[in-house]
Amino acid sequence: MTVPESPEHDHSPPSRRKFLLGGALAGTAGAAALGIGGAMTASADNGGQPGHSGSQSGHAHAHGGGAKGPTFRMDSRVDHDANGFHPTDILRDFDYGTTSRTEDGRVLREWDVYATDEEIEVAPGVTFPAWTFNGRIPGPTLRCTEGDRLRVRFHNGSKHPHTMHFHGMHPAEMDGIPGLGAGTIEPGGSTVYEFDAEPFGVHLYHCHVGPLAEHMARGLYGTFIVDPKQGRPEADEQVMVMHGFNTTFDGEGNQLYAVNGIPFHYMHEPVQVKLGELVRIYLVNTLEYDPINSFHVHGNFFDYYPTGTRLEPSEFTDTIIQGQGQRGICEMRFKYPGKYMFHAHKTEFAELGWMGFFEVTE
Amino acid sequence: MTTTSNPVRTWGPAVAVVALIALVLTALAIFGGNTLPDRTGPPAEELAVEQTTLTPGTITLTVRNTGADPVRVGQVFVNDAYVDFSGGDTAIDRFGTEKLRLDYPWQAEQPYHISILTSTGAVIEHEIDAAVATPQADGGFFALMTLLGTYVGIIPVVLGMLFLPTLRRIGSRGVRVLLAVTVGLLAFLAIDATLEGFELAEEAGGAFGGPALVVLGALLAFLALTALDHRLSGGNAERTGLRLALLIAIGIGLHNLGEGLAIGSAYAVGELALGVTLVVGFAIHNTTEGLAIVSPLTQRRPSLVRLLGLGVIAGAPAILGALIGGMVTNTELSSFLLGIGVGAIAQVIVQLVPAVRDKAGRLLDPATVGGATAGLLAMYLTGLLVTA
Repeated sequence: MTVPESPEHDHSPPSRRKFLLGGALAGTAGAAALGIGGAMTASADNGGQPGHSGSQSGHAHAHGGGAKGPTFRMDSRVDHDANGFHPTDILRDFDYGTTSRTEDGRVLREWDVYATDEEIEVAPGVTFPAWTFNGRIPGPTLRCTEGDRLRVRFHNGSKHPHTMHFHGMHPAEMDGIPGLGAGTIEPGGSTVYEFDAEPFGVHLYHCHVGPLAEHMARGLYGTFIVDPKQGRPEADEQVMVMHGFNTTFDGEGNQLYAVNGIPFHYMHEPVQVKLGELVRIYLVNTLEYDPINSFHVHGNFFDYYPTGTRLEPSEFTDTIIQGQGQRGICEMRFKYPGKYMFHAHKTEFAELGWMGFFEVTE
Repeated sequence: MTTTSNPVRTWGPAVAVVALIALVLTALAIFGGNTLPDRTGPPAEELAVEQTTLTPGTITLTVRNTGADPVRVGQVFVNDAYVDFSGGDTAIDRFGTEKLRLDYPWQAEQPYHISILTSTGAVIEHEIDAAVATPQADGGFFALMTLLGTYVGIIPVVLGMLFLPTLRRIGSRGVRVLLAVTVGLLAFLAIDATLEGFELAEEAGGAFGGPALVVLGALLAFLALTALDHRLSGGNAERTGLRLALLIAIGIGLHNLGEGLAIGSAYAVGELALGVTLVVGFAIHNTTEGLAIVSPLTQRRPSLVRLLGLGVIAGAPAILGALIGGMVTNTELSSFLLGIGVGAIAQVIVQLVPAVRDKAGRLLDPATVGGATAGLLAMYLTGLLVTA
């Protein structure tokens, strides 16, 4: 007789390695002492952008369940206050830095960016030992205008060495990689990255210390927008950073996928937009361990501007694909009121958290 | 040894030593722990899924913490999609169990990969090879398990016992050979069950001892049956045929408990191929067990009721096993019960061996070696007929 091999008893040991983050508190405390936090970058120049109140607090819509679709445990939410950032706020939070004039009359734009270690609740009841820029994932959306002089003072409050590497055109010593210019910034150290804002478009910045995939996957990335000199048409502007969390640290895919920090967030708090108004989404893919990501919107089409470096769209579509580090601008107007889903059309990512709603009202 | 009966003098020092040990351990627990650093590695989060129940639209997992640290279930995803679930709201302590009820529209016969994301981000995985609705423990289920147990347990054993009249005509040498065949049969069963028990125990996660459970079950059964043997014999060293037959029946019964368990749990997860192959396969396999029971009875004329009773003792536990296996899927219990069967069989072999010796006291002459070999081969070959 043979006892049947029962699947009931399969059992795998957890593959997770817990990382210590003794520096998290120290880093955060340091930032706080200097009067800097998620909201430190109050803009001195809002660049004539339309104001948006940000947080659409309140309505926690239940979604999904069973055949109705994926969801975290019903009605469970992460503690945004404890996390220190809120995805609904991040959506329209553009950080223009503080501005002054250079001797030759150009706009000089300055930021302070702090790397810190944070324990973040990335899904209800699940914490992730993250490395962050300014205590949030994604890091602050740094925004400037083509031709500005940019000065980014980077302070490393993390327990680990980091850099800030900007996509854009700049001298080699400002590239923010180990061995060039200031090179690796050790814990407690700081440096200044200074360069001109070019070319216009939607770009990104991230840490470039090895192991690179892990330094990015831990949360060290953010959006870097260079507006064209002539500006773009007025719109409801939003930034969406597509990323994931490899909570097991096995380097083989992610357990959670999201836009702007928290999976499924915009399912509970839909992105509020106005009927007929131009919506402009600065879309960036910083996902690690998976080669591609995608963006799909329901009930609508959008003009797509790859990397935002041309003023003419390349495509009118409802689905685009981005590889690692790719980004672009999506412009759309909603024709009908109601709720429209947006998600990765790599549906596995969608069902693991990368999905949300637009809610269109009059 | 002194003959003093003063209990204080006898037990006083022992009590003092026990008290001292308790004192030192308490002190160690309070002060000693602080002198050592905490574990430098990650938390040892382990959950063993002990039971999976599938009802329409719901997958229920009974999980047990088999690791050293408490486990807090954060979220759960099935085939790469997060699902709503209830249960597991609080941390599960070591050895604690919890039922997780997942709201998921599973499809029959499809495989599912369930991932439990813990509060630290660890993933504990569980596979369902092919989803099958879990049978409800209703009247129909009990009837089916009883029928199965009767088919594979009682009927074949009783059929095997029908060889008794034939055995009576083959003389003492023939009986010795037959007993050798029985030893061979039982030895194979013991080895087979030991391997199965170890295999099962390996899967269980080891919180309750893993393979050691099989050994524990075997030793306990062996000791218990040895004690039973002494009680039945009333100090009489001479083994009567009926007593030996009863011990063999009990041993085989304990073995059939494990066999029924395997059948029941295979049925519960939809892996059991019911039908002619199963029934006929087990019938041929277990008929040899009936032969083993009656082999010590060639010199006696037990009543039909007694013979039937022996058949029921040996065969009926298959029914009980099937019921347990169908309702409770617990690998550790299963491996422990398999171990009990092994110990019981080993005890029976020890009982049988004296009767195999010839008048000169030799155990292994060509006839008995041939008999034992035939027994081993018979079990191996008929074992190939059963698929459960």
